[in-house]
Amino acid sequence: MIEIDTWQEIFDTVRKNKLRTFLTGFSVAWGILMLIVLLGSGQGLSKGVEYGFRDDATNSIWIRSGQTSVPWKGLRPGRTVQFTNEDYDTIREGVKGVEHITSRFFIRGTLTVAWHGETSSFDVRAVHPDHQHLEKSIVTEGRFLNPTDVDEHRKVAVIGERVKAQLFRAAPALGEYLEIKGVPFQVVGVFTDVGGEGEQEKIYIPISTAQRTYGGANKVAMIMMTVGDASVDESQAIATDLRLRVAERHDFDPDDKRAVFISNAVVEFQRFVDLMGGIRAFVWVIGIGTLLAGVVGVSNIMMIAVKERTKEIGIRKAVGATPLSVMSLILKEAILVTGVAGYVGLVAGVALLELMSRSLGESEMFRNPEVDFGVAVSATLLLVVAGGVAGFFPARKAAAIRPVEALRDE
Amino acid sequence: MIRLTRLNKSYPMASSKLHVLKGIDLSIAPGELVAIMGASGSGKSTLLNVLGLLDGYDDGDYHLDGQRIGQMSETKAAGLRASLLGFVFQSFNLIPFKTAVENVALPLYYQEVPRRKRNKLAEEYLDRVGLADRAGHLPRELSGGQQQRVAIARALISNPKVILADEPTGALDSQTSLEVMEVLREINATGVTLLIVTHEREVAARTRRVIRLRDGRIEGDGPPETVFGTASPAPAAFAHVVASTSDSAPAAVLAT
Repeated sequence: MIEIDTWQEIFDTVRKNKLRTFLTGFSVAWGILMLIVLLGSGQGLSKGVEYGFRDDATNSIWIRSGQTSVPWKGLRPGRTVQFTNEDYDTIREGVKGVEHITSRFFIRGTLTVAWHGETSSFDVRAVHPDHQHLEKSIVTEGRFLNPTDVDEHRKVAVIGERVKAQLFRAAPALGEYLEIKGVPFQVVGVFTDVGGEGEQEKIYIPISTAQRTYGGANKVAMIMMTVGDASVDESQAIATDLRLRVAERHDFDPDDKRAVFISNAVVEFQRFVDLMGGIRAFVWVIGIGTLLAGVVGVSNIMMIAVKERTKEIGIRKAVGATPLSVMSLILKEAILVTGVAGYVGLVAGVALLELMSRSLGESEMFRNPEVDFGVAVSATLLLVVAGGVAGFFPARKAAAIRPVEALRDE
Repeated sequence: MIRLTRLNKSYPMASSKLHVLKGIDLSIAPGELVAIMGASGSGKSTLLNVLGLLDGYDDGDYHLDGQRIGQMSETKAAGLRASLLGFVFQSFNLIPFKTAVENVALPLYYQEVPRRKRNKLAEEYLDRVGLADRAGHLPRELSGGQQQRVAIARALISNPKVILADEPTGALDSQTSLEVMEVLREINATGVTLLIVTHEREVAARTRRVIRLRDGRIEGDGPPETVFGTASPAPAAFAHVVASTSDSAPAAVLAT
């Protein structure tokens, strides 16, 4: 009963001082709006980066060959390092921690692909079956390449969905023969790839077949592998092991950074994870700062309000209000105003994020900005605390008002 | 009801102290109707503030309703004010955004009386001062006399033993002043001790005891006739108004 009365008293005050209440609330609503938009944008940014990684395995190590740049054991610099199938075998058998491994061979010249008079040009990748894990290819029809295809130099191909759509249109593709640079390959599977349309315009053929058919001997352009759930340190140890073995096989200085290029996605991914953590922390700091400015604003306005209400508070005290009741009146008003205004800001912020995410569409770097439930809950808690802090100093000032001074007639 | 013994009070100034009350000895019995008079700066408002527990004092003794009032916490003072005292001010001091009935009910809010009960009581007290039909009005929609009567109803609602009125007619014209005085006299007639600080002779003349203050000391104390001398304090014009108001029902006459 008494509790309801107190709130009734506060509602009365709030209702009868609309402008003051609005000004007070606005700064908090603004602070929360900014916090939510910032947090949501941070989320959008980190989702954008995550999206950038979605295409390829984040635990992969790629190694490409280059040219030596320093002399080594009496050999001149400038020698081209050429990987071969033996490098692939050495790494697969020798390097510990390798989970899936594939090499790639690049076919020279323009790659015209034809079927029943339809001719187009696509990127053809000659790979090992494990390539599926590195590119995260998803087979939708038939199968992916298998070890037997490689062993027997089979002329088979797995085509992307867009290749199928462009060459075969509605016709079934499985079992059909298409000509790649004039050589017929049988389609054994169709795949899709979350990496977008470009990744679906690929054709995969066994590396052994490509080496033999297109004059590659045993040459390999690059070797790619995944390292399971290796940590950053473990992945770096694997990369070092890789470098040492290749250096030994091809006689170059293991410290020669230009002889082979190794890119370690585990390290890069970790770097992004760290970056995102940093951005998130930064966003919180900025957001809290904005909110704090709002709280100081509320405190300031409440301070002025208390000054304005000096007489009213003096009257209340003259008719029997205790300092505690005056303090709780101001404090509760502050919490009510910040709470309601903050909630409005919260809802407006979420709505704004929704609008942003709709109008931005499918951007590469910025996706689905949103705040999760936990963030909303902590923001709400923050608000109540902020209201308390904002109200405390004015409330203390109000409680200290001496009725005799408040009621002086001058 | 009220007993002051050698009461001293001074305000600290920039470099010195301003000695306002210089050893006041005063005793007021329950049910008295007392006017405190004096020129401005004589200490009459300070005296009222000390009596009303709105301000402390330096030394001496103050007994209110048998209790010694020494240094006390704000909270305790608030409790005593709520249970023993009612205030009426020159500038009415109504809360501008509350209606008449809400203003009257305010003391009961701080005594944690349920809303419905205190609003009902507040309407009764408004009726007693002849403002039953103004219950829903805001102070700015009321005349000065009406506002003061709302303030009186507010002072009365907590059933105080003492009502302290600081220049209750200071902001009113003479006609309205007399009406307000009439209301105060009626309240006094119900047994409430009433102290009125005023500088108006006409008002003081309507009380039963006048205390004159001068430079922080009591200069004169006695019935109005004695303090003012033998001359009739109220001019004939006032006597006429007073005569007509005193034997009519206050509700009817005061609702001007």
